[in-house]
Amino acid sequence: MSEPIETQTTPSGKMIATMALVASICGVLIVGAFEGTQDAIAENKRIMLERAVFKVLPGAASVREYAATSTGIQPLAAGAALPEGGVKFYAAYDQAGVLKGVAAEAAGKGYADVVRVLYGYDAERQVIIGIGVVSMRETPGIGDKIITDQTFLKNFEALDVRVNAELSALANAVKVVKHGSKQNAWEIDAIAGATVTSKAVGRGINESAQKLMPLLVPHIAELKS
Amino acid sequence: MSLPNQADQGITFDTFMEGVWRQNPVFVMVLGMCPTLAVTVSAVNGLSMGVATMFVLVSSCLLVSLIRHLVPKEVRIATYIVIIATFVTLVDYLIQAASLALYEALGAFIQLIVVNCIILGRAEAHAAKNPPLPAMLNALGMGIGFTIGLLALGGVREILGAGQLFGVSLFGASFQPWVVMVLPPGGFFVLGGWLLLFAWWARRKEVRHGA
Repeated sequence: MSEPIETQTTPSGKMIATMALVASICGVLIVGAFEGTQDAIAENKRIMLERAVFKVLPGAASVREYAATSTGIQPLAAGAALPEGGVKFYAAYDQAGVLKGVAAEAAGKGYADVVRVLYGYDAERQVIIGIGVVSMRETPGIGDKIITDQTFLKNFEALDVRVNAELSALANAVKVVKHGSKQNAWEIDAIAGATVTSKAVGRGINESAQKLMPLLVPHIAELKS
Repeated sequence: MSLPNQADQGITFDTFMEGVWRQNPVFVMVLGMCPTLAVTVSAVNGLSMGVATMFVLVSSCLLVSLIRHLVPKEVRIATYIVIIATFVTLVDYLIQAASLALYEALGAFIQLIVVNCIILGRAEAHAAKNPPLPAMLNALGMGIGFTIGLLALGGVREILGAGQLFGVSLFGASFQPWVVMVLPPGGFFVLGGWLLLFAWWARRKEVRHGA
């Protein structure tokens, strides 16, 4: 500050006292708001997750969080940290408590930002039976076709993600192919004009399934309860 | 910024209307352009951002006004920022509690309300020199003015870019959306259009008064 010092300076003590007072008032306000909204926010997050899981696994009625690690699968308490090297997934059950399927998140770098999708997995047939977009910032009208394009979504009605005989990886890596050239059940037909976003989805799913399926498949019976 | 010195003028109609019309933050002062251009892809986004900003504006101006005799001028800016940041954090929690979808749509721009120059400008130019009631009224006017601005942008961009208003389809299935309007360039086009309209209006008024 270039103001003349003689005229009128506030003692440092008063400045510190004022700042401390203001900071305490603000602290109380923030803590109050946090305490007051915590439950509603947690509930909102749970509903949002459930809605996303139910969308990719039709018929499901309840969701449980699990972590898959090299030593097996264990339930994940709400808010608990994921164990080292673990993969998070959601087991979905219908009204009668029968396992409907498993959902997990996949993420791939798209055109604008990371595209995050949730995919539903049918444990009986070892196929992916649906995807839902969790978040993306792709160009409206182009990249967001991955939500609306019915031909593209057909790819995920029975996408093959079988594990190989050694249970070390997928038998066939999920691959995105040029629009109109899909031949195998593990290939994804890209959207013409939105190849980058289509590839982001495919790569994300491949990455996630390669990691999760080998850990999950040997223990799938433990979920059926 | 060439704002007039706004020390203790008492409460007049202008205390409130200043922000709504004569000094509208979006159309006249062209302040807070970052959230204005970025979040106004739909009317709902514009409205929510406007209301969130208004809440921060009114509450922080009230607090700044209440402690205006207490705060030494050397630390006033730091104090104001702490107060504004507090209310932004509050809004952040409240929006998360109200709707996570909205929270994701507004993204980082909620946190960025902290550095919105409208709020610091009001705290410094008005609230710090006026009693709580006029300070709040003035802030409310500014907040409403900002909300109107965002709503005007968001509404036009949603109608042109998506064929909807507040999520309700307007033109039926045959409408081909003008996608560029919901992309960043559309924000500049629509803002430019509104500024043009307001400038033309002001010019016309001037000419008529002169004649």
